[in-house]
Amino acid sequence: MGKKDERILMGNEAIARGLVENGCTLFASYPGTPASEILPAVVQFSRETGARLHTEWSVNEKVAYEVALANSMAGRRSAVAMKQVGLNVASDPLTRSAYLGVVGGFIAVVADDPGPHSSQTEQDSRFFAQFAKIPVFDPSSPREAKEMIGPAYALSEKYEIPVMLRPTTRICHSRQNIPCAAPRVSSGKADFKKNPGRWIATPQFLTELHRLLNEKLEKISQEETLAPRRSPGGGPQEKELCVISSGVAYAHTREILEDMGAMGDVDLYQVVMPYPLNRDFVGRVNRLYKKILVVEETYPVIEMQLSNSVAEGRRSGIVPGQGELTPDVIEEVLEKFLGRLLREKAPARGKGVRPTLCAGCPHRAAFYAIKDAFPEGIFPSDIGCYTLGMNLGAIDTCHVMGACISQGAGFYHAYARDGRDMPTIVVTIGDSTFFHAGIPALINAVFQGAKFILVILDNATTAMTGSQPTPQVGIRADGQKGTPVSIADLVRACGVRFIRSCDPYETGMLSALLKAADEYTRKGDGGMAVIIAKHPCVLDREAVKSQPVYKVHVSEDCTACRHCLDNFECPALIFAGDLDRVVVDDILCIGCGVCETVCPVGAIVVEKGGKG
Amino acid sequence: MKQQIILSGLGGQGVLFITRVLAEAAVLKGLEVLTSETHGMAMRGGTVISHVKVGSFSSPLIRSGKADFGIFLHPRGLEAHQGYVAGRDGIYVNTDKPGEYQGFDATGLAARLGSPVITNLVFLGHVVKTAKLFCDERTIREAIEKISPSRQLELNVKGFETGFKGDL
Repeated sequence: MGKKDERILMGNEAIARGLVENGCTLFASYPGTPASEILPAVVQFSRETGARLHTEWSVNEKVAYEVALANSMAGRRSAVAMKQVGLNVASDPLTRSAYLGVVGGFIAVVADDPGPHSSQTEQDSRFFAQFAKIPVFDPSSPREAKEMIGPAYALSEKYEIPVMLRPTTRICHSRQNIPCAAPRVSSGKADFKKNPGRWIATPQFLTELHRLLNEKLEKISQEETLAPRRSPGGGPQEKELCVISSGVAYAHTREILEDMGAMGDVDLYQVVMPYPLNRDFVGRVNRLYKKILVVEETYPVIEMQLSNSVAEGRRSGIVPGQGELTPDVIEEVLEKFLGRLLREKAPARGKGVRPTLCAGCPHRAAFYAIKDAFPEGIFPSDIGCYTLGMNLGAIDTCHVMGACISQGAGFYHAYARDGRDMPTIVVTIGDSTFFHAGIPALINAVFQGAKFILVILDNATTAMTGSQPTPQVGIRADGQKGTPVSIADLVRACGVRFIRSCDPYETGMLSALLKAADEYTRKGDGGMAVIIAKHPCVLDREAVKSQPVYKVHVSEDCTACRHCLDNFECPALIFAGDLDRVVVDDILCIGCGVCETVCPVGAIVVEKGGKG
Repeated sequence: MKQQIILSGLGGQGVLFITRVLAEAAVLKGLEVLTSETHGMAMRGGTVISHVKVGSFSSPLIRSGKADFGIFLHPRGLEAHQGYVAGRDGIYVNTDKPGEYQGFDATGLAARLGSPVITNLVFLGHVVKTAKLFCDERTIREAIEKISPSRQLELNVKGFETGFKGDL
């Protein structure tokens, strides 16, 4: 071995490094906070180390799971990564893969988001692992996340079972100094062995496959190396009290107990594999300790497997039933459990500033035009940067990926069947979300006779999660050229007959198209109307270079009516209290000039020749 | 050496970059380091926070009242994040307005430098000069040199040095 290679890696990068070092040959993912940084790091480390693997931003998590699973069926180490709600989308292949098993090691990295910080639920994927009957590892630090990859692959191959690695936001987005090594030799040659009873597995085979799965889990629950570990620092004797924890909650708990000098008073256990919980451990702790506290995120997975009605945790109420277990929360829980006040608390924290669409964001222009055209409309929307359209009152719903189109259809049928005046329904969806889950919904809307306006906000990227390329652009995860898939062609193939495209910066043209689309949806022989609002994301520096830049200022005609601030909310338009009017923040303004049409008294002046 | 620092600002101000600078500096000093960052929707102009823990820690997050220093790139982060810092002497705020903190107008200085985008590094320079951080300015500069993209390197170092000097 040469000089120790130690680097500062983000948890997601550490996981990526672990996958590359352990011979992963195919990695598929769909972007979603907090899991988005894993794939770019896999690409980078595979380039750096010369590891040969296929990487892809799949069109959604289900597809990613299935592609990676087949690579495993061909005998090669594989991995897939997604955020927790992405696993809902991939749940179909997941549950069956537990029964049929894998061949090459298979790891599903599923990043949970207690809090949640950037998600629509704070569900616990360890429960999903239990439901699907696969083992799950719960790392307590970025370093540990990397170190778990080797054992996870080994376990997966020993029992031919998918293994889940469940980091949480605080692991994914923490950085730590971590030793790195060269990749080990990769998996063998692709060699798919036919076995219809297993890979086709009609119902007659499934009881037996299920029995085998149960047998595997029983053995895994007795794997000694994966049993909970008692933390160092306590005395030699077991105490009356024990705290059982996992994931980053364990890291917080340990640090607080050490900080208080309380490690000698309790036995602290780290559960590295929360499901299946080690069988001997369950018997032992229930026998040994008078009082047990379980600290885990987000649901009571360990707690329920303890089958101990007096164990304290989420269910006894000592641990809050919802929300992130921050160190501050855990400190209070430990105080209650140990029956002593550790210190006076600092005052509660305020809320902070809400996020907003960037200055020059094309979504803002589209939203302003939509709201302006149909002030009384119903606006289903979806997941991405454009969810921030709620600040502008330009979206009314946000449910799950792709749901907005089906919601538009559902709202249409609700009003149509009721015989009431049909409000204008304008659905907004981003390009990546449209590819992910919008297409079946659009086919369904067309076929079932729904009539509403769908605006596809095509900024040629998955912006919210860090600008991952989308299929119409034709650039793959590793930077190679792919075959572009046209959104307009897809829309046409879904059966839509009204398809228009425009640049949302041209708000006048977009308004005219929206009116025409509204008329079309209301005609007897009309139907679904789709407008593709196409303008690149302003975070794409190259794209911004090619757009004209205007000089924008606010004249003294400004009446301080706040119309632009409340309805357009561009961060570059700010209220100057000393002047009692709106001014332009020249640092933030990118000179798109869209705000010119927003001011009711024409005080926003847009001229040629802005900063270049 | 154990030190806990929070970095607060609005999405887009470069909180993540100076988080990485401090983490690299810790490694250059041979110290253990753990950080925690804000990603996702809040990065679009919302309040963001990073935690930096240098030395032997197991948790990436800092508890209320436990941070030795708070580095606020924007005063609007104070309401949400000042509770992390142990005492007001440890609160450093990029602002031209006086208050119960150590204020310094890095935005103004960066503007005079002609590069508003390096406000974060100007302010870091000022903090390294005035606060007793876990390392000196040489280590920080080395960290900046290590992680800056080449097209940005010269400007970043200039920003840091200007902040350290306190004037053009």
